[in-house]
Amino acid sequence: MSEKMRSIFEKYERSPDQLIPILQEVQREYGYVSPESVKMISRYLRVTENQIYGVSSFYAQFRFTPPGRHSIKVCLGTACHVRGGATLLEMLERELDIKCGQTTADRRFDLDRVACLGCCALSPVVQIDKEISSRMTVTKLSELLKKYE
Amino acid sequence: MNKLKKKITLAKGKWEELQDNKDPVIYVGAASCGRAAGALELVDEIERYISENKVNARVIQVGCIGPCYLEPLVDIKMPGQPRISYSNVNTKVLGHILKSHLLEGQPFARASIGNFSRETFMDIPPLFEHPMLKPQVRIVLRNCGIIDPEEIDHYLATDGYQGFMNALKMTPEDVIGAVRQAGLRGRGGAGFPTFKKWTVCRNSPGEQKYLICNADEGDPGAFMNRSLIESDPHAVLEGMLIAGYAIGASKGIVYIRAEYPLAIERLKKAIAQMKEYGLLGNNILGSRFSFDIKIKEGAGAFVCGEETALIASIEGKRGMPRSRPPFPAISGLFGCPTIINNVETLGTLPNILRNGAEWYTRFGKEGNRGTKTFSLVGKIRRSGLIEVQLGTTLREIIFDIGGGVQKNFKAIQTGGPSGGCLSEEFLDLPVDYESLASAGSIMGSGGLIVMDEDTCVVDVAKYFLDFTQKESCGKCIPCRVGTKHMVEILERITHGEGNPEDLMTLRNLGDTIKKGALCGLGQTAPNPVLTTLRYFRNEYLEHIKDGRCRAVVCKDLIEYRVIKEKCTGCQSCVRVCPTGAISGPRSEPHNLDPTKCIKCRSCYEICRFDAIAGDAIVIRTAEKRS
Repeated sequence: MSEKMRSIFEKYERSPDQLIPILQEVQREYGYVSPESVKMISRYLRVTENQIYGVSSFYAQFRFTPPGRHSIKVCLGTACHVRGGATLLEMLERELDIKCGQTTADRRFDLDRVACLGCCALSPVVQIDKEISSRMTVTKLSELLKKYE
Repeated sequence: MNKLKKKITLAKGKWEELQDNKDPVIYVGAASCGRAAGALELVDEIERYISENKVNARVIQVGCIGPCYLEPLVDIKMPGQPRISYSNVNTKVLGHILKSHLLEGQPFARASIGNFSRETFMDIPPLFEHPMLKPQVRIVLRNCGIIDPEEIDHYLATDGYQGFMNALKMTPEDVIGAVRQAGLRGRGGAGFPTFKKWTVCRNSPGEQKYLICNADEGDPGAFMNRSLIESDPHAVLEGMLIAGYAIGASKGIVYIRAEYPLAIERLKKAIAQMKEYGLLGNNILGSRFSFDIKIKEGAGAFVCGEETALIASIEGKRGMPRSRPPFPAISGLFGCPTIINNVETLGTLPNILRNGAEWYTRFGKEGNRGTKTFSLVGKIRRSGLIEVQLGTTLREIIFDIGGGVQKNFKAIQTGGPSGGCLSEEFLDLPVDYESLASAGSIMGSGGLIVMDEDTCVVDVAKYFLDFTQKESCGKCIPCRVGTKHMVEILERITHGEGNPEDLMTLRNLGDTIKKGALCGLGQTAPNPVLTTLRYFRNEYLEHIKDGRCRAVVCKDLIEYRVIKEKCTGCQSCVRVCPTGAISGPRSEPHNLDPTKCIKCRSCYEICRFDAIAGDAIVIRTAEKRS
């Protein structure tokens, strides 16, 4: 077992209710939940792999493929929707030539939607990595993308 | 207890020093919303400026005071002057403000929105006389944007933890009695009397009881809880202590969305401070009450805001609701009696225990006591976080506090995706649990989304239902299959392919789902569709019969046009068009080929903001189909 995984396990009790916090930490550490890590978690918590996939696929947070270099999250909360969030997502899908939930072939961007970032008064907003950009337009967004390699 | 009293005396001294400051203090509103507007760059800029000019000033990051449309907000308090608030600050304006106010002691009146005293100071009016703030009654939000959320001393100095100390002097039954007398109802949406839930849990047998703070604020368009936790985390944690004491719990859990990293960070810091001050652990303040608080991060599932789903999620399972009874107050987390209270309910408790139940009943009205926070967003002039007495009318909220709508008012959605869309005739409806329910909507957790004539209600209803459909856990058939079917019908209508029978089908499906679904998510999911069908039937019919979307939103029913008289032929739109639909030589009106146009809005935006052409491209509803 890798050193990293061992140090993650050390922080959590061997109890099934620790499954989600462990998955979250694995994702924080590796960027995604790999089949190997599922096997290791299964052995550690004594929970079947099926159960782990059942739980992890239920929650929107977990991903099972390696992430791209930058993550784009388009907020599609109500306020953002009313002010044109969906148009931004469509534009990104077109410009990056991927669908929402996918990664570009050059692994430059991940494209996802998010239910609400809680910055509704500044809508529509788009989050790239940790940066939230407010009052977005199609034009501003396509300029913004150039900042990320 | 004595140890804490000493700390309080020290904290009060520190706080007074800050109010009676000898050196300038600069406050920056740096909650998530402020940060999205660029607050952190301003903090860097301010720090650079004061070190460059060798000014001995302190910079404090505070939470959100509410008027998000004015973000980012920067306040400057010079010695001997009141704290003065500046709005919509950017790095350029900041330079002027700092030079004039910080270096020359002259407030930069042009960019200021108010001062923190009760009187006008050098032509700057009192901040709390601002039309957005004046009608509000700030009880839960009393500290937001004013104190440093990462300083327990600031909270203590503003009478923090006083309510908890009062509670410790009472029996748990008396605490429940006080909450009953105050008439507090759950602020998570359903409005169930808090004392009733507590009494059941208090009387349930069991060694171990749990108190859970529900901070899984998943409603799109709602950010009250995020803002409260980011701006005043100790208020919520103090509420947890009071609730834990009342129900006899020794373990508290905050279940919070992972999408709120700043709120999580602030909670973690606040919990560490509580431990340091002896406010958590065994025999707190020398009493027999022991309590500990842990944080559990949600993993992105809206349904986990439902009590039993939330419990399943903490237990490490799929977050699916189960049928009740048994209610969590009797058998909840790990089978133990569990109380789940919303962030705002908990944030209200310290105020009730500090000022007395009788004091709280002065706010609101019979059966709906106290205040409620709302996030006021959408097509409104002054958007942000507000707190008003229950019973305030929608008109007062939208027009007095919110400053009205940019264009003509069309509708307001209360209660997020579970709520209803109310038309103009409901503007004088008092906002209380029963009145909203009678109109077919709900209070919900407090998202208020205002729509104007540019918002298509059919599109909004589809949006909400699409959201709940995607978030449905899939356990019960009415919700899983019913909502899907409804979305498909709405999809057809917005594409202009609906037929008149669809409206009847939608209503029948909606009624069935409301009656048959297992949990609150499904039972309320049809509300947006049912209310819009009731109050905006004509718009549905226009989509179906005329293929017309009067708000010019539904893509299949609109078209883009170039107004030849206005077009200067500047070629800006030609450059941005991704499909080459616009053509034309320079300096001559351009042509827009509707067969190539994908309605991506690029040309519209560039034309609107371009000083040369301006407004030459319009979006309008398509010609009536034959």
